[in-house]
Amino acid sequence: MRLILVSFLFLSFSLSAKPFKVGLVLDKGGRDDKSFNSAAYNGANDLQKKLGFDLKVVESSDDTALEPSLRTFAQHGYDLVIGIGFIMKTPIEKVAKQFPKTHFLIIDSLVALPNVRSVIFKEQEGSYLVGAIAALASKTKVVGFIGGMDIPLIRRFEMGYKAGILATQPKAQLITNYVGSSTDAWRNPTKGKELALSQISKKADVIFQAAGASGLGVFDAAEEKKVFAIGVDSNQNWVKPGKILTSMVKRVDLAVSTTIEESMKDQFKAGEFSVGLAEGMVDYSLDEHNRKILTPEIEKVANDLKKKIIEKKIIVPDYYETNKK
Amino acid sequence: MFELLESCLRLSTPLLFAAIGGFFCERSGVATICLEGVMLTSAWSAAVVTYYTQNPWLGTLAGLLTGGFTMSLHALLVIFARADQIVSGVAVNLLAAGVTPFLNKIFFSSPTNSPAIAIEHRFHAISIPILSEIPLVGRIFFSQLPLVYLALILPFAAHFIAYKTKWGLRLLAAGDAPEALQSLGGDVKRTRFIFLFIGGLLCSLGGTFLSISHSSQFTRDMTAGRGFIALAALIFGKWRPLPTLFACLFFGFADSLQIRLQSAEWLTGNFPVQFIQATPYLITLLVLVGFMGKSRPPLSIGKEFK
Repeated sequence: MRLILVSFLFLSFSLSAKPFKVGLVLDKGGRDDKSFNSAAYNGANDLQKKLGFDLKVVESSDDTALEPSLRTFAQHGYDLVIGIGFIMKTPIEKVAKQFPKTHFLIIDSLVALPNVRSVIFKEQEGSYLVGAIAALASKTKVVGFIGGMDIPLIRRFEMGYKAGILATQPKAQLITNYVGSSTDAWRNPTKGKELALSQISKKADVIFQAAGASGLGVFDAAEEKKVFAIGVDSNQNWVKPGKILTSMVKRVDLAVSTTIEESMKDQFKAGEFSVGLAEGMVDYSLDEHNRKILTPEIEKVANDLKKKIIEKKIIVPDYYETNKK
Repeated sequence: MFELLESCLRLSTPLLFAAIGGFFCERSGVATICLEGVMLTSAWSAAVVTYYTQNPWLGTLAGLLTGGFTMSLHALLVIFARADQIVSGVAVNLLAAGVTPFLNKIFFSSPTNSPAIAIEHRFHAISIPILSEIPLVGRIFFSQLPLVYLALILPFAAHFIAYKTKWGLRLLAAGDAPEALQSLGGDVKRTRFIFLFIGGLLCSLGGTFLSISHSSQFTRDMTAGRGFIALAALIFGKWRPLPTLFACLFFGFADSLQIRLQSAEWLTGNFPVQFIQATPYLITLLVLVGFMGKSRPPLSIGKEFK
């Protein structure tokens, strides 16, 4: 009996002394994409400096490496394994089933398993706000949208954006383009630029890009033709100060850091979390780089709309919902 | 309509450099599928040097040197180390795809893109006096980026060199009848090396166009298959410069048309976007299958010369 008690004590001691281990798997963009992945990395890294857990980060060079990376973390007894991006859906589904005791977090996609937390951002709400801002800032009342790869996630941006435009300028015209339908579409800046130029030639003077690295070409076109662009995911206002009207920000960093914190306190909650303006997880950005071009009048309208969305007086159409059937 | 043709010329330019570069390489008898890799390395170094020196001319020079070096690697492997030409080409492409993000990470701690080059340090469209005032034509042809003009002249120069000069005769002989060239006292290996190097220089101009003329930084894999499309254009043009010019313009036109059709409402209402995006490739397939006669590669291409 005493032996059992002692060994139990020893076990609990060794358990409490074991450091908390977090494994983070990023997608192709890598930790310095200045956007989606770097937000996730910074969220985890900043918290690690504060709380001092074990953090290991893997960047996958290609999509087939995702599943092995996730599995390796789980096999080595990591407490929380995080996958960034919609591309992680199938790999996490497989690995989470094999390791039911390990906790998983996936961003941007849904995995319905008891040990997985799925965080989905209401991109449509943030896009609605930048749509309203775009329509108000546009002189020609023609605005553009350039998506990267043509997937439902990006259609969700487009749908919210369009609703925001029509809410403030019912007669405004929206021109939509997609760079392509393969993963190459995220990294073709010259194509992004040509698409933007063609929209500008049709009188568009504000263009919202949700196109990864291809979006940098949209910024170039806006700079050359002296029109406005709108950034995405991270706050990109600094990339071309004075040319980027605002950015539609997704707080991936917060989603990652809060999940790690809760998990460390043994308060990990699995399930689907859909977060938006109300939670402060999507927003439009305002800083010293766009202060001069985003007028106080526009800011006021945007903040009013934001309040109405949070109070559920405005329901922004959601591409996932409208295309469920 | 102006914009359509203007953008057609811009989109054709990198293809033209790569395809004419490929013309010199392949006609000398060496299969060169590494146009993509050569473009990528030169796009990277041009962006980096322009960023640091704030001078696009130095950036172009760096791009030329890097592209020439990368192609020399292929040349050394196949001509002197007698490696298989396709395998070496694949190796160079893989090397370029891996080395550029790696070096970029060392320089800028980011594998994905280099810092943006300020607008005043990039190349700009130049309007040629008088000519650019001609209605229609002036705007399309005579107010373009400097490299666009060069790209349009290049196929004619290549045609002249290949078919009207002594050097051209050596080039064609090295590709079609290397034994004959040798029996007349020519040095096949040297000829091939020189033309591969020249081809590499031309091809790298296509890479620099992508990073410091058309956009403002290097981004990972920014060539996005253009090296292979250029190769297709070369085959489509039956390994001759002037038909290759038209093939490149055709590909560029199909791409810029696709960009414009995407936002035409009468079309998008009726067809999925993916279908419109695929049209350039569909047209290419149709043309290749239906309207093109036999395309004859240089006779000794792919064969090593002992």
